[in-house]
Amino acid sequence: MSPLLFWIFAALMLVFGIGVIINRNPVASALSLVASFLCLAALFVGLNAYFIAVIQVLVYAGAVMVLFLFIIMLLDLREEQRRRFNLLAVAGGALVSLGFVAELVLVLRKFTLGQKPFAPIAQVDDVRQIGMTLFSTHNLPLQVTGVLILVATIGVVVLSKRDLK
Amino acid sequence: MSVTLNHYLLASGLLFAIGFSGVLLRRNILTIFMCLELMLNAANLSLVAFSRFNLGPDGLPNYNAQILVFFIITVAAAEVAVGLAIIVALYRARQTTHVEDINSLKF
Repeated sequence: MSPLLFWIFAALMLVFGIGVIINRNPVASALSLVASFLCLAALFVGLNAYFIAVIQVLVYAGAVMVLFLFIIMLLDLREEQRRRFNLLAVAGGALVSLGFVAELVLVLRKFTLGQKPFAPIAQVDDVRQIGMTLFSTHNLPLQVTGVLILVATIGVVVLSKRDLK
Repeated sequence: MSVTLNHYLLASGLLFAIGFSGVLLRRNILTIFMCLELMLNAANLSLVAFSRFNLGPDGLPNYNAQILVFFIITVAAAEVAVGLAIIVALYRARQTTHVEDINSLKF
């Protein structure tokens, strides 16, 4: 991926990510999240992970975000009213986040292995390779994931019943 | 200047920090849920970057990492469905999505 594209998409991803947390209107937050996920999918394309990029757009930017918007509009949420922030919680949260970023920068400065440019990739038939690995080495986790989705579906149906008994 | 693994890790870490501060700062339970998704995706970005960085002897990326990302996306989709159903049930019981109004379990 050309460095220019990386910088553009990484910056857009972070800007829209900040948009998620500074918008007071939940619909604007959700649309900002969609844009952030699309930029993330573009970064995946730049890393030659085409299958993951497609899944990201289909599942996250498509299905999950439609579900979010549907619920926001179903609940008919107004803009979040301004309330007094708990100053201790805000200060603690900012401290933990900034501490995390500072620590990350310190670690990455010493991580010389990651300062080499990426080696050229051989071929890009990644859907085939992922399929082969998924259905041979990781077959049992795949089956377990199927059971998990079934359990989640049943759980959602039970939770959505009007009288929980 | 070419883009290296560290750039991707830094972008991923910043996205995680944004999601984390969102979870701590926001008071709307749906926005908190979106910030959780942001953090999951930050982890996915670093996994895919490591997968691309760690080429095998045949010049192919390490596809185990991409399969882990696949599973994370699947589990996150299931988690979103269950979480939103819980939020709807909560809204029916309390008519609010504000976390400060839902504190019966708080010590």
